[in-house]
Amino acid sequence: MENTVPITARPSLRARISALYENDLWHSFRSHPSAIFATVLLAIVAFTALFAPMIAPQNPYDLAALELWNSEIPPIWNEAGQWPYILGTDTQGRDILSAVLYGSRISLIIGFASVLLALSVGLTLGLMAGYFGGWIDNVIMRMGDVLLSMPFILIAILITAVANASLPPGLKDVLAAPILVFAIAVPSWVQYARTVRASAMVEAKKEYVQAAKLIRVKSWRIMLQHILPNCLTPIMVAATLNFGVAILSEATLSFLGVGIPPDQPSLGTLIRIGNQYLFSGLWWIVVFPSIQLCLIVLSVNMIGDWLRDALNPKLR
Amino acid sequence: MIAFLLKRTANAAFVMLAVALLAFVIFRFFGDPVEMMVNEQATQADRIELRERLGLNDGFVTQYTRFVTNAVQGDFGISYRNQQDVMVLIKDRFPATFELVLVATVISLVVGIPAGVITAVYRDSRLADMLQLSSIVGVSLPSFVVGILLILVFSVSLGWLPAFGRGETVDIGWWSTGLLTPSGRAALILPAVSLSTFQVTLVMRLVRAEMLETLRADYIKFARARGVPTARVQWRHALRNCLMPVITLTGMQIGNLIAFALVTETVFQWPGMGMLFIQAVTFVDIPVMAAYLMIVSLIFVVLNTLVDVTYAWIDPRLRDDTAGTNG
Repeated sequence: MENTVPITARPSLRARISALYENDLWHSFRSHPSAIFATVLLAIVAFTALFAPMIAPQNPYDLAALELWNSEIPPIWNEAGQWPYILGTDTQGRDILSAVLYGSRISLIIGFASVLLALSVGLTLGLMAGYFGGWIDNVIMRMGDVLLSMPFILIAILITAVANASLPPGLKDVLAAPILVFAIAVPSWVQYARTVRASAMVEAKKEYVQAAKLIRVKSWRIMLQHILPNCLTPIMVAATLNFGVAILSEATLSFLGVGIPPDQPSLGTLIRIGNQYLFSGLWWIVVFPSIQLCLIVLSVNMIGDWLRDALNPKLR
Repeated sequence: MIAFLLKRTANAAFVMLAVALLAFVIFRFFGDPVEMMVNEQATQADRIELRERLGLNDGFVTQYTRFVTNAVQGDFGISYRNQQDVMVLIKDRFPATFELVLVATVISLVVGIPAGVITAVYRDSRLADMLQLSSIVGVSLPSFVVGILLILVFSVSLGWLPAFGRGETVDIGWWSTGLLTPSGRAALILPAVSLSTFQVTLVMRLVRAEMLETLRADYIKFARARGVPTARVQWRHALRNCLMPVITLTGMQIGNLIAFALVTETVFQWPGMGMLFIQAVTFVDIPVMAAYLMIVSLIFVVLNTLVDVTYAWIDPRLRDDTAGTNG
């Protein structure tokens, strides 16, 4: 779209804003109630998670604020419920609502960071493989083949397990989040790399790239400015859907006990903690973090599904 | 065809060697095997003797070759934690995981295929909309959350089904099965349902997409014009042509299901390979971890290769070079 605009005369601000509204994507968004619903839901979740310290009734990390006589209070609509513990408290007197808000924050950040890491690694390696070809291509794609020949969850667990086994106990908890980001990113970069490689291979043979090479434009510049923009659409869809997968993986790893430690729990850790009280009637400890997790992943998936259809030229 | 077969086999062998390298590196360099095996009172001489006996002073390539040779013969060493042969441990646990995965696969086909056909055939009906919505919910629900919610409803509140363990099992040779006793079957229901949730939606979406395409084909129109009843056209003529990709997907997903079973097994305390692996991770029992990694990857790679080869056997166009690289 930008190519049609003459470089000399930048359109007025108003024209640019109205162009934004006439965009195909925006039009499709407005006519898909599920996409609007999911975006609003995700925005609310992200907002309350980011500003959790200001919104949450309690700081769940501050052990001094926890009162043991406030423990095991059921949600507010129950007869035994107490203000301000809207969603009840756990066995240590921790407010569930606050824990869920803080937990979502950790889950969202880890999901986002691992997608970002996988994207940057995947795009770089994919571009290199497709553009240079030869042995570089072979090494990178074979590495990807091996990673894809093992189940996703298994690779992630192995990485966290190996990291936990080789780090001293003090460092282990501090580095839990970066290790998780790394563990989730390692098996997911391959998908981006394959997508980019395919279009880089096609583009690299085209005349404009040959011409650019001829006038000695640097390789990285050709890759970033000319080849990369051509494959952004499928990458965008994959990244959105992978954001959901990353959040799910984080929760699964934490649930299995190889993720975020319980002193600053993510949603998965909260579910792991609550799972211990499944048979003692304290259902709210496990149910509310579960619902929050499902809402986040559901809204991300709905946005991803919509984006895939909206950007698919065949379906237009 | 033979060239293709050889190429795919070589490819699979390469991948397995790489996985073995990974397993070996983990085994050899994370935690000292000697420290893990000796007890507290062992003298320095004992340690040196053990180190020599295990061949840990040999070169890297020699050790790796020995690791692979042993692994091919099913020898993965001794578990650090309970001093048992790793292969025996895994053999004990394998039937539990296999039965869980098998039943989950059956559920995914029995529920997923009709649901997919319905959403494709009655595209604008309310039922189809609801199924579509539940499919996206199904993809978004983490399997451990499904398991926990099932336990809350059917075990804690209603008390209908057991929430953990395998129930009574019967031994047939070395294989212990839970399918032959009422308590074994009851114990299998909740884990299998929770493991199959994701798979059901996958099958359903695939069948729907394939059906939508097939229903537009000329032979379907011809069958209609010939006066074949609509339901027969849809459920026989069209559905039959959609089943090939479903079989492929099911075959390729079995490896994933085995891996994902470790989550389900943790939720339901199901005594399978996955639980063995998670316990090994907790106790840094590296031989068990390495063995599990290699066995699950082997199943994965073998299934993928089989699917590729079957496809090439059916469709000769796939035998050329591009098939190998596009995987």
